[in-house]
Amino acid sequence: MDFGLDKKHEMARTLFKEFAETEVKPLAQEVDETEVFPAETVKKMAKSGFMGIPVPKEYGGQGCDPLTYVMCVEELSKVCATTGVIVSAHTSLCIDPILTYGTEEQKEKYVRPLATGEKLGAFALTEPGAGTDAQGAQTKAVLDGDEWVLNGSKCFITNGKVADVYIVIAITSVTEDKRGRKKKNFSAFIVEKGAPGFSFGTKEKKMGIRGSSTYELIFEDCRIPKDALLGPEGKGFPIAMHTLDGGRIGIAAQALGIAEGALERAIAYTKERKQFGRSIAQQQNTQFKLADMATRVEAAQMLVYKAAKAKETQKVYSVEAAKAKLFAAETAMAVTTEVVQLFGGYGYIREYDVERMMRDAKITEIYEGTSEVQRMVISGALLK
Amino acid sequence: MKIVVCIKQVPDTKGGVKFNPDGTLDRAAMLAIMNPDDKAGLEAALRIKDETGAEVTVLTMGLPKADDVLREALAMGADNAILVTDRVLGGADTWATSTTIAGALRNLDYDLIITGRQAIDGDTAQVGPQIAEHLGIPVISYAEDIKVEGDSVIVKRQYEDRYHMLKAKMPCLITALSELNTPRYMTPGGIFDAYEKEVTVWGRADLKDVDDSDLGLKGSPTKIAKASDKVRKGAGEKVTLDASESVSYIMDKLKEKHVI
Repeated sequence: MDFGLDKKHEMARTLFKEFAETEVKPLAQEVDETEVFPAETVKKMAKSGFMGIPVPKEYGGQGCDPLTYVMCVEELSKVCATTGVIVSAHTSLCIDPILTYGTEEQKEKYVRPLATGEKLGAFALTEPGAGTDAQGAQTKAVLDGDEWVLNGSKCFITNGKVADVYIVIAITSVTEDKRGRKKKNFSAFIVEKGAPGFSFGTKEKKMGIRGSSTYELIFEDCRIPKDALLGPEGKGFPIAMHTLDGGRIGIAAQALGIAEGALERAIAYTKERKQFGRSIAQQQNTQFKLADMATRVEAAQMLVYKAAKAKETQKVYSVEAAKAKLFAAETAMAVTTEVVQLFGGYGYIREYDVERMMRDAKITEIYEGTSEVQRMVISGALLK
Repeated sequence: MKIVVCIKQVPDTKGGVKFNPDGTLDRAAMLAIMNPDDKAGLEAALRIKDETGAEVTVLTMGLPKADDVLREALAMGADNAILVTDRVLGGADTWATSTTIAGALRNLDYDLIITGRQAIDGDTAQVGPQIAEHLGIPVISYAEDIKVEGDSVIVKRQYEDRYHMLKAKMPCLITALSELNTPRYMTPGGIFDAYEKEVTVWGRADLKDVDDSDLGLKGSPTKIAKASDKVRKGAGEKVTLDASESVSYIMDKLKEKHVI
């Protein structure tokens, strides 16, 4: 068993760190304050190949492994969680399902421009009445001649208005089981921005990741071609769940990055901040808190990297992804809360990054499956 | 078109310089990076490659761990990498270094050689021009801008209070300033490819037309008597006075310090 990174992964980390420090960190406060999507940063990331890291070269990607992608999201999120989730949603939730379930034509048409960053991707499953309980969904797709007609709405969609390509999950049939209970059958679709009948609703005002473009998507007799169906008809739910397994590894990496970023700032600040004639880092209370946080962060990193490795080598990695996301998200929340406490009054002031990090951390316990959902996945596998 | 870029792995001096007790640099205690002027030179070469499809080879002389900067250069887009390393080359000053690099370059076809102006660990700015001298080709130093036109290069050379526009026929050598450009980032895929590629390793036996007496510590006429970190200047004093008052103030200060 080897816990070390090889030279190419070490060099990739150096690259992501340098990019994050130079291009992303200086804008993080502004992105949060103004809630403006960092479009210029995304262009720069595209130029450096960050928008298609785990995508094979034959489809315009970088041909790297999931671990390299995870390290990218981690390093970006250390300085700006908004930038981290833009890459994560684009890569894990839009490119990955097309690569896994798409036809050769769909891969050629969509994956290449997505992987080069020429286009941005999003994923739409959640609806106002359907979060954890997907059966509450209302959005329907009906085949009409050579076109599917979509009606309904999706909410809380990351990269909402700025994306060009959307994976949309919709009901394509309703069947009854033996007891006469109705069951909705879903299918996955690739919808392009500008499709007739596809529009955007309200922009969500969020607690954290405020530069991320989170919108409601509205489909009113939205007509898309018949071949926009992704994977087999009726298999939308397993496609969505498998996609979310990958997505959870990305969010786990985002959470890990937030926790690491907060810890780094705490180490620097507690060495500088003087109370009672010495730095607070010299107080045992601080030292023990730093030690606990560092231990927890490293444990989170191991779970996240293990999940990334599982995605590379295993067909099914739901439990590894769930454990990584559960632990990393709760670590991010616990560490940022503790770091704000160590900063005292300054930690509560927006001028200091840790205030933003604590707000950013919360969403990692909620989106792409709440911590409760992760516990359901893990315990479900234990009690099978 | 074939371009060779000479690069050097240097200690990162951003966090200060650390010395061994004997006064030599404690390289192990400092992060190793690609020398900034060399990186700008590499970027200039890669831009020429983007435009013309030129082949870019990077060459370094150093310890085996200098392989890291060659991989970085490959990950940025260089095509080939050569590491010149041999125990007998250790302890080289600028003369022995330029002799060694020229000996390596004699094995290669090139139209253009680009080096950095100077390395941040030595700050001599001698190696580039010395290589050109050894090879008998023109050199244009301190390049702020480089353009390729037919079989010539047109270079904007930085000067103290002006700049010069110079044209030289290739083959020639240019020394690059870090102000020349902003080097591109590596790409993740480029990094993966860089570790798949082979770095050519040359030793003393591969150097062409050089004498042993010109190599390594023995071949180095420079002897370092003492080395120290930069002495930090004080913050100075700022005064806001009108012109005539300023003159008297400065004159008084100069007299006070016995300068005049």
